[in-house]
Amino acid sequence: MRPLTDEETKTMFEKLSKYIGENIKLLVDRPDGTYCFRLHNDRVYYMSEKILKLATNISRDKLVSVGTCFGKFTKTQKFRLHITALDFLAPYAKFKVWVKPGAEQSFLYGNHVLKSGLGRITENTNQYQGVVVYSMADVPLGFGVAAKSTQECRRVDPMAIVVFHQADVGEFIRSEDTLT
Amino acid sequence: MGRKLDPANKVKRGPGRKAKKQQGAETELAKFFTEGDHDVLYFKISCRKIYLHVFVYRFTDENSKWLKPAKRKRKLDEPESEDDSDEHWEEEDEEEEDQEQQLQKRGGKDQGKKNMEKLGIEEEEDNDDDDDDDDDDDDNDDDDEMVDDYGTKDDGSGEELLPIERAAKKEKKLKKTMALDEDDDDEEDDDDDDDDDEDAKASDSDMDEQDTVQANIDEMDTFRLPGAEEREKEGLLPLDLKTIHQRIKDNVDVLCNFSTKREPGKDRSDYLSLLKKDLCTYYSYNTFLIQKLMDLFPLSELVDFLEANEIHRPVTIRTNTLKTRRRDLAQALINRGVNLDPLGKWSKVGLVIYDSSVPIGATPEYLAGHYMLQGASSFLPVMALSPQEGESVLDMSSAPGGKTTYIAQLMRNTGVIVANDANAERLKSVVGNIHRLGVTNTVVCNYDGRQFPKVMGGFDRVLLDAPCSGTGVIAKDPAVKTSKDEADIQRSAHLQKELILSAIDSVNADSPSGGYLIYCTCSIMVEENEWVVDYALKKRNVKLVPTGLDFGNEGFTRFKERRFHPTLRLTRRFYPHSHNMDGFFVAKLKKFSNIIPTVPAEKETPEATTVSESPDEKPTKSDKTKNIVPKKAGSTQANVQANGTSAKKTADTKPKGKKDIPAGPKKAKIPKMDGKTKKGSEAKKPAVKTADDTKPLKAEKKEGSRFEKKQGKKRKTPREAKNRMGKNKFRKLKHMLQKQERE
Repeated sequence: MRPLTDEETKTMFEKLSKYIGENIKLLVDRPDGTYCFRLHNDRVYYMSEKILKLATNISRDKLVSVGTCFGKFTKTQKFRLHITALDFLAPYAKFKVWVKPGAEQSFLYGNHVLKSGLGRITENTNQYQGVVVYSMADVPLGFGVAAKSTQECRRVDPMAIVVFHQADVGEFIRSEDTLT
Repeated sequence: MGRKLDPANKVKRGPGRKAKKQQGAETELAKFFTEGDHDVLYFKISCRKIYLHVFVYRFTDENSKWLKPAKRKRKLDEPESEDDSDEHWEEEDEEEEDQEQQLQKRGGKDQGKKNMEKLGIEEEEDNDDDDDDDDDDDDNDDDDEMVDDYGTKDDGSGEELLPIERAAKKEKKLKKTMALDEDDDDEEDDDDDDDDDEDAKASDSDMDEQDTVQANIDEMDTFRLPGAEEREKEGLLPLDLKTIHQRIKDNVDVLCNFSTKREPGKDRSDYLSLLKKDLCTYYSYNTFLIQKLMDLFPLSELVDFLEANEIHRPVTIRTNTLKTRRRDLAQALINRGVNLDPLGKWSKVGLVIYDSSVPIGATPEYLAGHYMLQGASSFLPVMALSPQEGESVLDMSSAPGGKTTYIAQLMRNTGVIVANDANAERLKSVVGNIHRLGVTNTVVCNYDGRQFPKVMGGFDRVLLDAPCSGTGVIAKDPAVKTSKDEADIQRSAHLQKELILSAIDSVNADSPSGGYLIYCTCSIMVEENEWVVDYALKKRNVKLVPTGLDFGNEGFTRFKERRFHPTLRLTRRFYPHSHNMDGFFVAKLKKFSNIIPTVPAEKETPEATTVSESPDEKPTKSDKTKNIVPKKAGSTQANVQANGTSAKKTADTKPKGKKDIPAGPKKAKIPKMDGKTKKGSEAKKPAVKTADDTKPLKAEKKEGSRFEKKQGKKRKTPREAKNRMGKNKFRKLKHMLQKQERE
């Protein structure tokens, strides 16, 4: 386990800020202690410093996971955000999309959100803005990228994609193995 | 006038529909004759005027079903009977039933139906009130064709059956009668058993029952082999299981009231062995497991337990209080079409699912981490553990993560949890569940549990859900019924003993809020439960405390030839048949001292020091014998170190002081094989051990300093460092050598 290098930190924060903007500092400075990011086996883990201390006792090959995994760095050093980060993205999300009950299942299977399934969307969403997807009961379902800006969404036809799927909670069942 | 008795009486009917005349005395006599004596077939020649009475007589003994009198053509008017012949107008019903029975055999069913249809049709034609007459008409029509075929008629519609089918039917009838005999005997047995007054009779009938049961076993055995194939063909196999089931019930009944219901010749072991065999066949267990279960449960409970293992326990879920509340979750699930209820008074987060129109493991609420599918029995160890906020907890066998996440939710994501499992594949599910349920304070690692205090120690609480034989969860995994044997249980028990010692060593006894270990298994075997806890009590400074679970059976304090510590009462056992959850065992231990009692110590409680002194003396005497060959000192020391799974070899404090034994001076000169015994020789602590001790101790934060202080005093004596003999030994050797030289 090692701390992130500067470039890695930069890449990761850029990705995160697409979804939560400048709220990233809320992630690091929390009222209940300092939290930090660490890299282990190409994955980025988010944990408090108390846990960090304990985790250093565990040898590298035996350590499986610490705190919460946010995502992983690919071989080409791009950062890919995982669904496991949803709990931290959802409360700080700047742009949100609500999905109708009928389209919930479809999104949970990994499909994009169509205009016909769109319930609500925050104002002023730009195109290709990172968004967090909620169900109508305000349960976070995943996140994605807005395919159209809010204005365009109003005009477009029902079968057009409005949100590109990036990650959804269905992955906990579909791809359990890739979580670690 | 009295009624005339004329067997050949043909009562002529008057004209008109309702001109039924008074019937002859034969009808009265009919009431005295049993049905089974004879069949009466009526043949109607012409329209209602002339009736032909044909009396077909059967044998009156039990073989009547399959033995029929020889076929012969009967003269239409001659009854040829020994009994008074009757005119059985009313008996036509019975006759019809008989006919139906006969007709209802395989081939004959169709014809039976045909007959019935014909009867139905011709009723209308005849326009009679008297159905019997109508039946007569119908019979006549059929029987006209079949007048000659008495034999085949008895068997059924003989035209349609091949001879081989007929033979098969006969075989079947034979079996039926044998079965009937047995059933009759069993029924007799039950009836007689209920009658307490007739003890002698009861015993007789028991003997009969037992004899007939035994005889029938033999018969069944001998019949079974050839008959099995045929029986399968005929679908009589269920009947076989039923008889076994009935036999089991009867046997248990007899055994429960053995003195009154036994029959003199047979003793208890005969009944028991028969019961065992039946249980193995009926429930498909191997004999080893059945024997174990018979030792554990009284017979009445045993059958309940076995029955409960055949059906699944209800599906239960646990609300994740980090993300939602139970009533909100219940509401959301009900809206999706799930039928559920709170689990019970003892749990505030459990829900039991009766049925669901959606897959309960794939609802959006499940995916969002609002609940977790978990067996009810798995709630118990975490409830007993009751972790507090801010503590450090170790879960040694955490896969698939249900208990770990429950601990986390009870701690509200504060503190630290270390979730360990030896199986890397199953750890993926732990990680998945942790992330799904929003747990943030967990470290997941992949060690063998026995390495634990070395890696990390000093936890406030430890949960050990030890790998076991799984005899409590037979309902989930029926393979356990046949695959477990003595070696498996012993292997599990050995592993569990090692794990529990490691777990104990990982607890910090001086923790301000904790110092607890929960040991639990999903097994009901005493070897894996009480025995392991008892072993831990002997080997470490721990004691049992109440689990905090107010339901469940108490653990055993004695079992067969073993005797356990009386506090084993505080452990809890759960059974599928009494608590409707998987078989489970929970024990809560509190560590009251971080000192590890050295090998081969007995119980280290302060009250027991006097007791433990004497057994301690024995090993030191054996040490003396070992000391003759000093070179082995190192190896034996190494062995002794390995005996305690952790390397936390501690200084002896109080107990040592008390142990100034009269043999002190002698022992002072002899190097101690296990220098960690409390017998005097503080100076003798070998430096080797201090070196070993300090290494792992550096890993520990809390205990390290304390130990290092004490062990600073210990130095290996120059004599031991050079692995030399003691002075006395040297003298002895010298003497011996001199003697030899002289010789």
